Amino acid sequence: MIPELGHFAIIIALLLAVTQAVLPLVGAQRGNLTLMAVARPAAQGQFVFLIIAYACLVYSFLVNDFTVENVARNSFSQLPEVYRITASWGSHEGSLLVWVLMLAFWGAAVSVFSRHLPDDMVARVIGVMGLISIGFIAFLLITSNPFDRMIPPPPDGRDMNPLLQDWGMIIHPPMLYMGYVGFAVAFAFAIAALISGRLDAAWARWSRPWTTVAWAFLTLGIVLGSWWAYRELGWGGWWFWDPTENASFMPWLAGTALIHSLAVSEKRGAFKAWTVLLALTTFSLSLLGTFLVRSGVLSSVHAFATDPARGAFILGFLVVVIGGSLILYAWRAPKMITGGAFSWFSREAMLLANNVILLAAMGAVLLGTLYPLLMDALGMGKISVGPPYFNAVFVPLMAPALFLLGVGPLVRWKGESLPDVATRLKWALAVAVITGFALPFTLEGFNPWATLGFFLAIWIALSVLIGFRERLKHGARLSSLPRSFWGMQLAHFGMAWGIAGMTLVANYEQEKDVRMNVGEQTSLAGYTFTFKGTTEHDGPNYRAARGTVEVSRDGKLLNTLHPEKRIYNASGMPMTEAAVDYSFTSDIYVALGEPLDDEAKAWAVRVYHKPFINWMWYGATLMILGGFLAASDRRYRIAVKKLEAPAGSQGAAA
Amino acid sequence: MKRWIPLILFAVLVGFFAKGLFLNPREVPSPFIGKPAPPFTLPVVGAAERTFSPEEMKGKVWLLNVWAPWCVSCRQEHEVLMSLVRERELAIVGLNWKDKKREAEQLLDQQGNPYVAVPDDLSGKTGIDYGVTGTPETYVIDKSGLIQMKHVGPITPEIWEKKFEPKLKELGA
Repeated sequence: MIPELGHFAIIIALLLAVTQAVLPLVGAQRGNLTLMAVARPAAQGQFVFLIIAYACLVYSFLVNDFTVENVARNSFSQLPEVYRITASWGSHEGSLLVWVLMLAFWGAAVSVFSRHLPDDMVARVIGVMGLISIGFIAFLLITSNPFDRMIPPPPDGRDMNPLLQDWGMIIHPPMLYMGYVGFAVAFAFAIAALISGRLDAAWARWSRPWTTVAWAFLTLGIVLGSWWAYRELGWGGWWFWDPTENASFMPWLAGTALIHSLAVSEKRGAFKAWTVLLALTTFSLSLLGTFLVRSGVLSSVHAFATDPARGAFILGFLVVVIGGSLILYAWRAPKMITGGAFSWFSREAMLLANNVILLAAMGAVLLGTLYPLLMDALGMGKISVGPPYFNAVFVPLMAPALFLLGVGPLVRWKGESLPDVATRLKWALAVAVITGFALPFTLEGFNPWATLGFFLAIWIALSVLIGFRERLKHGARLSSLPRSFWGMQLAHFGMAWGIAGMTLVANYEQEKDVRMNVGEQTSLAGYTFTFKGTTEHDGPNYRAARGTVEVSRDGKLLNTLHPEKRIYNASGMPMTEAAVDYSFTSDIYVALGEPLDDEAKAWAVRVYHKPFINWMWYGATLMILGGFLAASDRRYRIAVKKLEAPAGSQGAAA
Repeated sequence: MKRWIPLILFAVLVGFFAKGLFLNPREVPSPFIGKPAPPFTLPVVGAAERTFSPEEMKGKVWLLNVWAPWCVSCRQEHEVLMSLVRERELAIVGLNWKDKKREAEQLLDQQGNPYVAVPDDLSGKTGIDYGVTGTPETYVIDKSGLIQMKHVGPITPEIWEKKFEPKLKELGA
C-alpha cells in the first residue's frame, strides 16, 4: 500500500509540475496576475508531494519490503538501518527521485525567498523550473519507477553496493545533487531574463546568491566524494579523472566561471551575453553529467546500471532543454547591450581571463571524458583516456588562472595602472618565488612541480592578506567589511590552502606494498609498522579479516590501526576497508591486500604516508564557507527595499 | 552567426551521443580471438574420477560458458541455455568458476544441466588464462581449437539469435 501511495504522490507531483510550468508562463506572457500567482503554491505543492513520495520510499527500505524491486535489488535484511535509508538513493531510480526532490526543493525555496522580485520574473523562473521538473518526473515514471513491485518477492535483498556502505556516502549524493540541481535556478533566471528581454544588473544580482549557494553545495558534494574515494577505494587516491567524477567537475568549473562573470554583470553591466551563456552552459553540463552517468555511453567504475531506453529518453530531454535554450539565446542575443567599457588591465579583464581559462579547462576535461566515445563512434577503435592526459593538460591550464587569482581582486574596476599594482605586489611576488624554490630544497631537492605549487599557494595567500591590509588602510574595520568580501577572501585563501595540501601530498607521499608475516615490521617515512596478524570479525552484514597494525616512531607506540578485508554476505563482494590515522600534518594509511598463504597468516599490506593531505579538505571547507558567507551578504537583502522604492538606484548598491 | 555557435557545437555533440547509445563501451575486443584456446585439465563436477580438457573437443565447434553458482545473472542465463540445448544439438562446456561453497553439483541436479561437461575451476586460474573479467562469459571455439568469439554478460534469446547463430553457421556447427 505504502509504495502505491508513493507512486501516486509522484503522479500528483507531475500534474502540479505541469500546472507550475504552463499557467505562470502563460500568465507572465499575457500579464495575467491570477495565472502568475499559481507559480508559488504549485511549486510548494510539488515539493510536498515529492517529500511524501520520498518518505514512502524510505519507509519501504526501512521495513525491508522486498516486494518493491528497488528495495530487493539495493537493500538487505542485515543491512544496518542508516544504510537502509541511504540505500534509498543508492540506486538509479532512488537517486533520480532525490534529484527531482531537490529540484522541487529549489523551486519551493525560490517561491519563498523571492518576495522582492517582480511578479512576472518569479512566474517565469518558477515556470521554467516546472518545465525541467516535468521532464525529470516523466523520466522517473516512464523508465525508472522506484516503486515497481516484484511478485513473488525474493527471500532476501541483494544488498546495497558495499562500496557505498560508508558514512562519506551518506551525505555525498544529496550534497552533490543540491549543487547540480541548484544551477537550475541560475538557468531558470537566465531563461526568464531572455524571454522577458530584461537582462540587467538586477537580473545578475538576483541570480548571484542562488548560484553561489549551488556552487558551495556542489563543492561540498565533490569534496565528500573525493574523501570517500580516498578512504573507501583502498588505494589512497583522491581523484581518478573517472567519467563520473568529471561529470561533477565540469559543472563546477563552469559554475566557478559563472560566479565570477555574474560579479561583472552585476557591478559593471558588462559580459551579459557571456554570463547568460555560462548560466545555460553550467546547468547543461549538470544535465550532461546525468546523461553520461546513466545512459551507459561511457563506462565508469561507479556508473549506475544502464539501459539504452533511459539513455534515449535523457538524450531527447537534453535536446529539448539545451537545444531550446540555445535557440532562445541565439534569438535574443542581439538584444543584449553590453555596457561599461574597460581597459585591458582592469578587474573586468582579469575576470574575463579567469572565465576563458576556466572554460578552456572545462573543455579539456569534456574532451578527455568524451574522447573514447568520439573515437568509438567514428569507428576509430576503443581507447581510454587516463589520468596522464588530464594531468598533462589540466595543470598547465590552471596555473595561469591561479596566478591571476592573486592579482585580480587587487585590481580596480574599469582600469588600473600596471606599475602601481606591481609595486603593491612586488614583496608578495618575491616571497612566493623564493619560498617556492627554497621549500623543495629543504625537503627532497629541486622539484619543478612542487615549486609551482608552493609558489601559487603562497602567492594567493599573500594576496589575500594584502587585500585585507589595503581595505583596513582605507579606514575600514574588519567587522565592517561586507560578507561578500569576507566570502571571497575566505574562498581564495581556502584555494591557497588546498593547493598547498595537494602539492605536498602529490609530491611527497610515500607508499610501500609489502608481504608481512605476523610480528614482522616495515618502516616508511620514519614510522615503524608492526603487523600483529588478523582475527575473524563479524559485522552486521559482512565477515571480515581484521588486521592489527601498530604504528610507532622512535620506539614509541603512536597508534594501533585495524584495516579490514570484508566479504559482504549478500553479494559475496570483497571490500578493502583501510585504516587511517588522521592528523593535521599527515595521514598514515594502512590497507590489507590479499592473504598470501592458506592459513591467512601472511598478508600483502599496503602502507602510505600522506603528508598534509588534510589541508585539501580544510581548504575546500573554507571555500564552501566562503560561498555561503558571500551568498548571505546584506546587499542581496537590502536590494529589496531599493527595488521597492519607485526610483531605481541600483547602480549604487554595487 | 556568432550567436549560433553554441547551438552548432551542441548539435554535433548530440550526434555523437546518439551514436554512442548504440555502442557498448564495455565490449573490449578480446586479445584471445583467433588464438588457440588455452589448454587445461580439470576435474569434472559430479564425477570425481573424470577430468576434462579442451583437447577432447577437437573437431567440434563448441562453447565454453564461464559461470558460477553464486552469480545471479548466470541463473537467468541458465534457463536460456537449457531451452537452447533442448531445441538443438549444441556442445556447451560450463566452466564452474571459483565455486568455493561447492554448490554447482546440487544446483545442476535441481535445475537441469545444459552442459556436456562441467570442469571445476576452483582456484580460478583457468578463468584467468582465458581472460575472464566476470561471470557469465561465453567463448565460441572452432573445430581446430581456436577461440572465434567472446561474449561478456548473460546470453539472452535475442543475443543468441543476433550474435551466436550467425557465428556458429559461419563456423559450420
